[in-house]
Amino acid sequence: MRKLIALCLSLTLAAFAAPAQADEAPLKVVASFSILGDMVKNVAGARADVTVIVGPDSDAHSFEPGPGHASALAEADLLVINGLGFEPWLVRLASAARSKATYVVASYGVSARLRAADTHDHAHEENHAPTSDGDFDPHAWQSLRNGIIYVRNIAEALAKKDPAHATLYEANAESYIAELSRLDEWVRAEIGRLPPQKRKVITTHDAFGYFGAAYGVSFIAPVGLSSNAEPSAQALAGLVDQIRREQIRALFMENMTSPRMMEVISRETGAEEGGTLYSDALSAPGGPAPTYTAMFRHNVPALIAAMQKN
Amino acid sequence: MIYDALIAPFVEYGFMRRALVACLALALGGGPVGTFLVLRRMSLMGDAMSHAILPGAAIGFLIAGLSIWWMSAGGLVAGLSIVLLAAIVSRTTALKEDASLAGFYLISLAAGVLIISLRGSSVDLLHVLFGTILSVTDDALLLIASIATLTLVTLAVIYRPLVIECFDPAFLRATTGGGTLWHFIFLALVVVNLVAGFQALGTLMALGLMMLPAAAARFWAGEVWSLAALSTLLAFLSGLVGLLLSYNFNLPSGPSIVLTAGVIYVGSIALGTRDSLRTRYFPRAHFHD
Repeated sequence: MRKLIALCLSLTLAAFAAPAQADEAPLKVVASFSILGDMVKNVAGARADVTVIVGPDSDAHSFEPGPGHASALAEADLLVINGLGFEPWLVRLASAARSKATYVVASYGVSARLRAADTHDHAHEENHAPTSDGDFDPHAWQSLRNGIIYVRNIAEALAKKDPAHATLYEANAESYIAELSRLDEWVRAEIGRLPPQKRKVITTHDAFGYFGAAYGVSFIAPVGLSSNAEPSAQALAGLVDQIRREQIRALFMENMTSPRMMEVISRETGAEEGGTLYSDALSAPGGPAPTYTAMFRHNVPALIAAMQKN
Repeated sequence: MIYDALIAPFVEYGFMRRALVACLALALGGGPVGTFLVLRRMSLMGDAMSHAILPGAAIGFLIAGLSIWWMSAGGLVAGLSIVLLAAIVSRTTALKEDASLAGFYLISLAAGVLIISLRGSSVDLLHVLFGTILSVTDDALLLIASIATLTLVTLAVIYRPLVIECFDPAFLRATTGGGTLWHFIFLALVVVNLVAGFQALGTLMALGLMMLPAAAARFWAGEVWSLAALSTLLAFLSGLVGLLLSYNFNLPSGPSIVLTAGVIYVGSIALGTRDSLRTRYFPRAHFHD
């Protein structure tokens, strides 16, 4: 944790030290993944040219950058990353591209959760190589209150970089934050209508730790924090036992993991598939979850409909 | 205690039963085919063919996602085309069949990885390369079982010429006018069985359950039929033991199965009754002068 704070501090100090540019050309902002990109667009409006590295419907955990990404980084003024070990490859990529961009760690100030290993002991965790930030669950944006912290960090960084338009960024951020707060209350109200013992869901990717903690829903995952570990028969049997024991019927495949495993579990336990949840990536513009707020408006009703069958 | 470790997993969990049945079907088809691969000294060509399947499976994946039928059909078409192309090149040019096959399979492998990476993430690539026998669905099981049936029936029909061609190709050419037809039917069977194995174990390890038991059987049995029967038995045993290891010791299932087959293979090299290390260096003392 201390290392993380030190990292965040040094990055914010870098933000102070960077020379301000006040010309009228839009800022070139690179966001590491689609949700951050959407937040930047909401705060900066037309003042920023936003490039997203890991686009819609892609998995940032196992992303391979191309040369186009490196050139976007080389020209960027501002680089918005999630932090908490979500995109460790990006800092390497940025330095390889000789990027002069100022970093913003959007999750700075969020109270970080440990990875889900403690709550759901499926023993996959030993399959993951530990990394420096590897002990934290990076999916902090799944709580809207954390999302508000993200937006504040982004707005602050934009104002530092482009002081001439600081009031614009502040106003945009405030109205966006107001929208997020209303949405937060709506999520709480919707989930509050379900009896607490029904608030259990199985999903293929445990990206919903923060969502669960914020809104009181238990998420149980068949595969560990990364989506690329092959489970053992024992782990799968353990999960089947748990589903049978707790009588869970709400089952969700994620928008980027293998559907076959879910089919097998569903068959074994009688749990039903509840549709797609968006967690690490937004959908493409025409899809069901093209923005950060639309993601919640899509996920929450889907979750509730499935949990009602528990 | 013994019940909990050995029997209960199959009684309590449908996915364990389906995985076991998949192993049985793979063993039934793969055992005899693997035996002929060993007899015809084509073990490494089998490996090349298993990689040649990849771009077809990848194109099927691009069209329909992780659909069993599309990926299998794609794999089948790709595997057969590579085999045919390699044969045509080796018969019309100076290049030998193994070299031309190696050339085509490398192109094929690279194309497959490229195609999957174009659309899917590397997660998808891992699923295609490794597969998961635990998530064998009914469709996949049906496909694997049909392929096993088809293999056994076809082998029964072409058994005689195939055996003759293994040991005395000149005789076959003199009596029936050439072994090319049998050779191609057999290669098609290899591709079909690799497609079946690829559903369960992925392209990288599909060959494991076919080659390792067949090579191990070589140290115990002497006739073609007993080699095939023994390698089927050993393949099924590897599946069973591998699944139980995966269940009891929390190991990934695909590698457990192939490694079990590997242990049987190494054990057979050392201890087998025919031409093994034991018979060569520690012969029984029954031929005293």
